[in-house]
Amino acid sequence: MSTTALKSTRVWEAVLPAVVALGLAAVLGDLLILSFGESPAAVWTLLVKGTWGNAYGIGQVLYKATTLTCTGLAFAMAGRAGLFNVGAEGQLAAGGFGAAVMGLLLPSALPAVLAIPLCVVSAMMVGAAVGALPGALRAKFGASEVIVTIMLNFIVLALLNWIVSAKLHLPETLRTPDIAAGNVPRLADTFAMFRGSAANFTLLFAVAAAVAGWWYLFRTRSGYELRAVGLQPEAAEYGGVKVPRVLFVSMAISGALAGLGGVNFVLGYKGYYEEGFAGGAGFLGIAVALVGRNHPFGILAAALLFATLSQGGLAVNAVVPKQLTDILTAAVILSVATAVPEVQQQIRAAAASVTASLARKSTQGVGA
Amino acid sequence: MTSAPAIRMAGVVKTFGAVVANRDASLEVQRGEIHALVGENGAGKSTLMRVLAGLYAPDGGVIEVNGRDVTGWKTTEAITAGVGMVHQHFMLVPTLTVAENVVLGTEPTKGLTIDLHRAVMEVESLCKKCGLHVDPRAKIADLSVGEAQRVEILKALYRGAKVLILDEPTAVLSPPEVQELWGVLRTLRADGGTVVLITHKLDEVIAVSDNITVMRAGATVSRFPTQGITPREIARAMVGRDVNLHLDAMGAVREGSAHSHESSGGVSAPALRITNLRVLSDRGTVAVNDLSFDIRPGEIVGIAGVEGNGQTELLEAIAGLRAVRGGHIQLGPHDFTALSVRERADRGLSHIPEDRHRRGLVLDYSIADNLILGRQHHFASRGGLDLDRIAANATEQVKRFDIRPPIADLPARALSGGNQQKIVIAREMGREFSVLLAAQPTRGVDVGAIEFIHEQLRAARDAGKGILLVSADLPEVLALSDRIAVMYGGRFVTVLPAAECTAELLGPYMTGAAA
Repeated sequence: MSTTALKSTRVWEAVLPAVVALGLAAVLGDLLILSFGESPAAVWTLLVKGTWGNAYGIGQVLYKATTLTCTGLAFAMAGRAGLFNVGAEGQLAAGGFGAAVMGLLLPSALPAVLAIPLCVVSAMMVGAAVGALPGALRAKFGASEVIVTIMLNFIVLALLNWIVSAKLHLPETLRTPDIAAGNVPRLADTFAMFRGSAANFTLLFAVAAAVAGWWYLFRTRSGYELRAVGLQPEAAEYGGVKVPRVLFVSMAISGALAGLGGVNFVLGYKGYYEEGFAGGAGFLGIAVALVGRNHPFGILAAALLFATLSQGGLAVNAVVPKQLTDILTAAVILSVATAVPEVQQQIRAAAASVTASLARKSTQGVGA
Repeated sequence: MTSAPAIRMAGVVKTFGAVVANRDASLEVQRGEIHALVGENGAGKSTLMRVLAGLYAPDGGVIEVNGRDVTGWKTTEAITAGVGMVHQHFMLVPTLTVAENVVLGTEPTKGLTIDLHRAVMEVESLCKKCGLHVDPRAKIADLSVGEAQRVEILKALYRGAKVLILDEPTAVLSPPEVQELWGVLRTLRADGGTVVLITHKLDEVIAVSDNITVMRAGATVSRFPTQGITPREIARAMVGRDVNLHLDAMGAVREGSAHSHESSGGVSAPALRITNLRVLSDRGTVAVNDLSFDIRPGEIVGIAGVEGNGQTELLEAIAGLRAVRGGHIQLGPHDFTALSVRERADRGLSHIPEDRHRRGLVLDYSIADNLILGRQHHFASRGGLDLDRIAANATEQVKRFDIRPPIADLPARALSGGNQQKIVIAREMGREFSVLLAAQPTRGVDVGAIEFIHEQLRAARDAGKGILLVSADLPEVLALSDRIAVMYGGRFVTVLPAAECTAELLGPYMTGAAA
């Protein structure tokens, strides 16, 4: 059997569970729609039209997929090193906060070519710091990253709220003032048809992050070592890899990627930081990564899928409750989680409490 | 009544994607028979047995148990019909007791709860009946591998197995434990039970089996009664050509060239020097106790000894995988004591670790990726991994060390044990090195590959490398070493030129009796 044939078999085996999961979700969706006395064909048509049927819908899907790509990549980067990062929610919020603070500090006259990179770097640095902390605790003391990241979410979110409400908020709101420098242009600024949608050029950062993540994982020595640590830490140690260091670095990169997601809302959509903007996108990133098989390109596809379901829920809300698509999201996650061995491995490695919070939070969809 | 054979498998075909594991494999075993299934690594023995135990559905062929067609049955059906399999890698819950593990899945109940007392009683009486000695109340985690294996056998028998399949049961056992196992198998046979034994060790085949089936490249090539057969004849049937057996049987160990090579004088600087080395075990006890020795270039020093006397810790300390609590390690001119694993490797240390599944290989990595493990920094530049060089290296090593199947993209997991070991050997010996740590280099490897690996070790020795060999297989240590050290309780109780050693002489040292 040739190498190419081997590879195409492997790709097919990787994609198959997601395809079957979608099929199952579709059947479940049919039954649910029928139970509301509606025609499945009509509802599905509505869902497709409201997402991929017009420029606004596409823009909204792309916007949601941007954040999900970042948080999905974040989970995957830790997951490939054998870590279960439940902290993307806090890292995402911290990244958005980092972007906002940098944006507020910079003089408004600063040109965008300087301001945007500064804000993006700030977002990634703050996210990385939040990710690095549990990474350091794990590397140094063996503290479970699952527990630490879960608890850190509460601490980080509360801390950010406190800083914003004490120092940075506009009166009568829970948001910062408008950011003058570093705002990422909307897609609509260039392509008028996207008018009204939140889609913005953070999209390109997310795609670049996926490509860079793929390159890092599969084409660099550090990536080779990181994956070895995730698969067999003792073999990696034997191969001269400093395992604790890799654990720390992977959590920092993970946090940075989640932090990048914060740019999408803060600099790309609203132009300010607002309490609670993460809205579960950090948690849904776990599902995105699992369905995307912890592969950057799989994650791009899975992010589009979950973003479509999320936006589709709004599109069909007039006919059936929008929670329909939440249920479909959950169905996809559950079927993939049942079918894919490495997902079961990862889930088994994580605490039962994590699984519970995952199921609850991740079906709430992306807030926007 | 002409009774149907206990097992009849004919024309069995089983493929996994690109790999054909069985083609036209057959097997016939009568009731009350111990049957040895032999063949090279990757010959398809384990696959055939997994088909029999219902773990794999065959792609073709017929399987009958006691005359009943059971082709394509499931494990639960196999268990109900009395077919039990003891795997090479144990499937026990380490935190549960022996009794709990044995009854798992078929627990005796009292109301809604498990009747643990009855479980213990039942397991105890089963132990007595078949001569398997193990404390039903002990936790699996606290057992030796030999005891854990007995629990696996108990588990099968508890479920009423009349046909017992053992996949390389002695790979992990010490010689007395092996003898005990034979006793148990003979008791089973006397009770009308049927045993299929997969093994690489030809002396075992001769010692315990009634009949032998030989497999090669997925197919059954011959079948003969054990009476009157010699190991050489079996080996020829396995490999398809004559094999230079250094390990004929316990008695006839030393043919071949092992001891023709006298290390040239004592003047050359040592390749490896260990001084007053102290290393702790995982449990914090002293595993290596104030140990000093030299290995000269062009010398194989073999460590004999019962496992668990500090050999593992010693090798891990030299490799940089375990902290040194005192003393020095010196390789050539370099003091190694404080260097990292990578720095040691770069200065000429190669290491074949004792457990290829845990340390030696990343099983989900391809053959090509495994062939650079530990040297990944030599296959990368600022632009990332040099895929062309990794592929070229793989092509070269796969060819040179005859790794099969020769598909460098295949994950190591998909290969047979012997070919997995060849990956490790290729990586560690297919490059520049001055000292090699070889721990259990031929464990779970077939005769053809053993011959090959021994040739490699001898060639490296003749090329002036210093080799430290640790093996649970005493004949192997005797056949390969120039000097033999017996390790007991973290010390070398004696170091002898190999020419003066015999198994009988070393035995008392190994048990500490002559220390």
